[in-house]
Amino acid sequence: MLNSIKILLKQVKQYKTAAFLTPLMTGLEVLMEILIPFITASLIDKGINSGSMPNVIKYGMIMLMMAFISLFFGVAAGTFASRASSGFAANLRDEMYTNIQRFSFSNIDKYSTAGLVTRMTTDVSNIQNAFQMCLRIAVRAPLNLIISLAMCIIIQPRVSVIFLVAIAILACIIIFLMGRTTAAFRRTFRKYDNLNASVQENVSAIRVVKAFVREEFENSKFVKAATDLYEMFVKAEKLTVLTMPIMSLVINGCIIALSWMGAHFIVDGYLTTGQLTSLFSYVMNVLFSLMMLSMIFVMITMSTASGQRIAEVITEEPDIRNPENPVMEVKDGSVSFRDADFAYKRRIVTYDEDGHEVITIEDVTKERHEETLHDINIDIAAGETIGIIGGTGSGKSSMIALISRLYDVTNGAVLVGGVDVRNYDLTVLRDAVSVVLQQNTLFSGTILDNLRWGSPDASEEECRRACALACADEFIERMPDGYNTMITQGGTNVSGGQKQRLCIARALMKKPKILILDDSTSACDTATDAKIRKAFREEIPGTTKLIIAQRISSVEDADRIIVLDNGTIAACGSHEELLKTSEIYREIYETQVKGGGDFDHPQ
Amino acid sequence: MADQKRTPAPPRGARIKTKVENPGQLLKRVLAIVFKNYWLHYLIVLACIAIAAFTNLRGTLFMRSLIDDYITPMLSQADPQFSPLAAALVRLAGIYAIGIVASFTQQRLMVNISQGTMLNIRKQLFTHMESLPISYFDTHSHGDIMSIYTNDVDTLRQLISQSIPQLVNSSITVVITFISMIMLSPQLTGVSVVMVIITLLASAKLGTLSGKYFIQQQKDLGALNGYIEEMIGGQKVVKVFCHEDKAVTDFRERNEKLRDSAYNANRFASIMMPVNGNLGNISYVLCAVIGAAIALSGSVSLTLGSLVTFLTLNRNFSMPITQVSMQMNSIIMALAGADRVFKLIDTEPEQDHGYVELVQVREAADGTLSETTERTGEWAWRHPHQADGTVTYQRLQGKVTFDGVDFGYTDDKMVLHDIRLFAEPGQKIAFVGSTGAGKTTITNLINRFYDIQDGKIRYDDININKIKKPDLRRSLGMVLQDTHLFTGTVMENIRYGRLDATDEECIAAAKLANADGFIRRLPQGYDTFLRGDGANLSQGQRQLLAIARAAVADPPALILDEATSSIDTRTEALISSGMDKLMSGRTTFVIAHRLSTVRNADCIMVLEQGRIIERGNHDQLIAQKGKYYQLYTGNQASA
Repeated sequence: MLNSIKILLKQVKQYKTAAFLTPLMTGLEVLMEILIPFITASLIDKGINSGSMPNVIKYGMIMLMMAFISLFFGVAAGTFASRASSGFAANLRDEMYTNIQRFSFSNIDKYSTAGLVTRMTTDVSNIQNAFQMCLRIAVRAPLNLIISLAMCIIIQPRVSVIFLVAIAILACIIIFLMGRTTAAFRRTFRKYDNLNASVQENVSAIRVVKAFVREEFENSKFVKAATDLYEMFVKAEKLTVLTMPIMSLVINGCIIALSWMGAHFIVDGYLTTGQLTSLFSYVMNVLFSLMMLSMIFVMITMSTASGQRIAEVITEEPDIRNPENPVMEVKDGSVSFRDADFAYKRRIVTYDEDGHEVITIEDVTKERHEETLHDINIDIAAGETIGIIGGTGSGKSSMIALISRLYDVTNGAVLVGGVDVRNYDLTVLRDAVSVVLQQNTLFSGTILDNLRWGSPDASEEECRRACALACADEFIERMPDGYNTMITQGGTNVSGGQKQRLCIARALMKKPKILILDDSTSACDTATDAKIRKAFREEIPGTTKLIIAQRISSVEDADRIIVLDNGTIAACGSHEELLKTSEIYREIYETQVKGGGDFDHPQ
Repeated sequence: MADQKRTPAPPRGARIKTKVENPGQLLKRVLAIVFKNYWLHYLIVLACIAIAAFTNLRGTLFMRSLIDDYITPMLSQADPQFSPLAAALVRLAGIYAIGIVASFTQQRLMVNISQGTMLNIRKQLFTHMESLPISYFDTHSHGDIMSIYTNDVDTLRQLISQSIPQLVNSSITVVITFISMIMLSPQLTGVSVVMVIITLLASAKLGTLSGKYFIQQQKDLGALNGYIEEMIGGQKVVKVFCHEDKAVTDFRERNEKLRDSAYNANRFASIMMPVNGNLGNISYVLCAVIGAAIALSGSVSLTLGSLVTFLTLNRNFSMPITQVSMQMNSIIMALAGADRVFKLIDTEPEQDHGYVELVQVREAADGTLSETTERTGEWAWRHPHQADGTVTYQRLQGKVTFDGVDFGYTDDKMVLHDIRLFAEPGQKIAFVGSTGAGKTTITNLINRFYDIQDGKIRYDDININKIKKPDLRRSLGMVLQDTHLFTGTVMENIRYGRLDATDEECIAAAKLANADGFIRRLPQGYDTFLRGDGANLSQGQRQLLAIARAAVADPPALILDEATSSIDTRTEALISSGMDKLMSGRTTFVIAHRLSTVRNADCIMVLEQGRIIERGNHDQLIAQKGKYYQLYTGNQASA
């Protein structure tokens, strides 16, 4: 916990001055505020009780000045606190985001998208609030406590015994209560999260609920869970509501003791009436500060989880980096796998006692059955068209991910243009190897904006050409705004097949030496699919093309087809050869011809 | 429109919660809910607040008599008598004790009131939500609906448990403090009041400024969060295109904008506290000085005790007022939340005017049907006849007809035009066509997720409007493309199809759906706990479970929406054979994506832009050489 606080605090950076000035200003404000009752004592004793109007005015002016100074420092503290906390939050987001940009695929796999988004939004706001609170109250409360105590001791050391006793009693009770309640509240909040999760489930699965006529069932399930939650809350809060009455008890006890002892001291001449009134103010101050302190404590405990989650992202080490003295040019589009083995790191999700996800990544032991790819050996010449086919989990996507170094091999090597991919500059390599991912995304912006991801300075003409190659031109031109049509977030306003073709066009914009399509035409009808492949063959013959597909028809005209089975190359050859030699290939072919094909197609 | 359910939620934080119409009305309604179940509790709470405020005041006023009546006289006594003071302190202790008991009672009851009211509101929200039509869920983002349960209900709890009692407490304190102040010194009270007015004006000014920037901050926050969601979601694409630097630049622009507006919004809010506090200090000082002057001048009698007491009262007077003014914002926010809660509760639930019911029957030897509660596997429609009070039974067969059906999600835009179809019992009807052609829409109509604008849909020759919705839906099993599973064990998820199914029946259903194999390989088999919509299962496995769930329900008719996502050949084979087994002997409507599904359909409907453009079985349609042929062969030229 301390460690993550340290990591977070490093991000205060340019707001250090503001972060430092806030407590300073607050301190001065508190000092002024606390001195006011002290001066009041003088006003009463030297002014009223001795009947001196000049003294009244003198002390009055001092107090008024102090109040104004306090106001000034208070406003300054507030301003600095906001500057420091909003800046700190911006820095945290920035640091997380830039680090996420450095993440490799396996770093990305470790976190879920939703998890990362929560860290950058909710968790950052939690920390921002806690930070601001800490800057202001964490100084104010202890300072208030200490100065008030000091003032009491200065006024009359013997009276301050009352305070010490009261503080000791109060501290014990608060610590005891907090110990009991935080555990109860944690359990309760977890339950609360679960309740909300079940509502969420109902909202998204409402069609299932309605289709099975399960409204009553869901209602009774919910009512039971909500009632449980109610009981847990009441049980947990039963203890917290004791805090205030106990505080009042102690404060009131103090006032009575102070009245009794004060009266004795005044009569005996150890104390003046004015001082007694100041002491009354300080009692309130001390106890109020204690309450504040307990509040801060709760706030910090509540935000530690957020802090840890943020620190986790900031300190995540990207596991793929640029080599020293990288190779800056990819000679040609040849690809070679040399005894390549690959295993994903194992992502283990457990839940801590608060019900938060704890993700740990384990390096997989070198056992063969845990490897995704095993002993891959193949040489692909520049300009060749290679089809890759095999069942889910056979390792198709993993194999092509190694080429542009989205993941690193665990053993062996992958060579592009005759050079180990680990020796290339990452940007150079990835610009030469264009991958159309299976899970692909378009971003909000116009079609042109999206295409220019592949090449920022491309002219509209170049964009059109790429779209023509990917057979995307016809539907784009039919759209009301053509190439300037806005794509909504997530690309929801284009159909699956259109999205795939746009993604292919975007990948082509790079003019890559190697083009990889990972099941990228699955939502296009067979005719379009064939047309795209024909365009590739005729227009970009020099580009090495690797095509992963579920449909045999998508790969049958490739120069060679790799059949992957369980992480190994089971067979490799042309369609005709494989039909003769590979049993797996023949099986896939037959089921598809018999009618396992896909009937989905675009508009 | 068919894909409405997948519209993404708007970015979090995009909603601006600062505007409320009719706050008084809303507050009244919130209070009505609280009072309905807890009026006695609440009255006691109010009484306790008043008692606590009075005892507090008594405590403060004691200060005056401590100085004026006990200490000052004692100072002039040769032999000071402490016993009267002791007696007074005992009385004070008694008053304090009453105050403490009152404040404890108040807080303890408040727990029950606020949590109990939350429970009632949650229950009402949820049960009402379950009764809403599908269109509600299709037209409201799920993020917004969720936010009602989380944020809005929570701010409402704060309103009930903190703001309202504090408001009451503050008002009582202000009033009785004010009266005591006037009794002690009308002149000083004047000073106090002026200072309070200045404080209020300052708060109002700061509040407006802060509010203005707050709206800007919410906007910037929404924009940044939206950007983060989109970019992180597409992070792998960012990597593949080496787009990292550009992504950082774009991000920074938005991040800095938010930082600046957050700073401004925050600044005015955070200087509110020191401004209020120190204006209080100034008021304290002014009263002390003016009070001292008055006491010294002797024109009006003001004892030292009175002055000291007044100074404390002055604080007690201004503090609750500034507290309330600071609470105002959270009250408005809570009322905005209440508004959204009530909007959901006020949304018209799904209407059902049906009267025909689905019942289990047993056939007697003579062919007459009699109703039974046993699970016979034989179903009949039960028609009550209002005229003579008799009931007739009609065997359920599974014949479905569409007659000239027009439908649009909104009245101005029709999605389906003049749909006519005829499904004989046990037939398999397949719909094919491109995305947006209206395939999913048709299935939404059969089970009345949506009601049609024109035409008629009949089920066993009964207009489906006359069938009670729950009974209609019970008769139609559904397997949707997006499989949704619930938190719970695998067994519980299968049993969702029929709650009284035994373990054996569930396992049998899983076997029929070809799900048994993978379930047994799960760590705890059928007792494996699924959470987060079955996140620990693959898409194919979830689909198999959904089929098992429909199988255990054993419905007479089925609606299937095939999964489109790429599933490996082996699982796909398992799924399609599972579906085939499920379909056998039932009238089935299937939205087909696979050739194998279509080929053995009794009738294939080819949809385009909301119209059926071709119909027939596979061979007929191939022979017709129309759109179907073109899609099937992928051969554009021959079209």
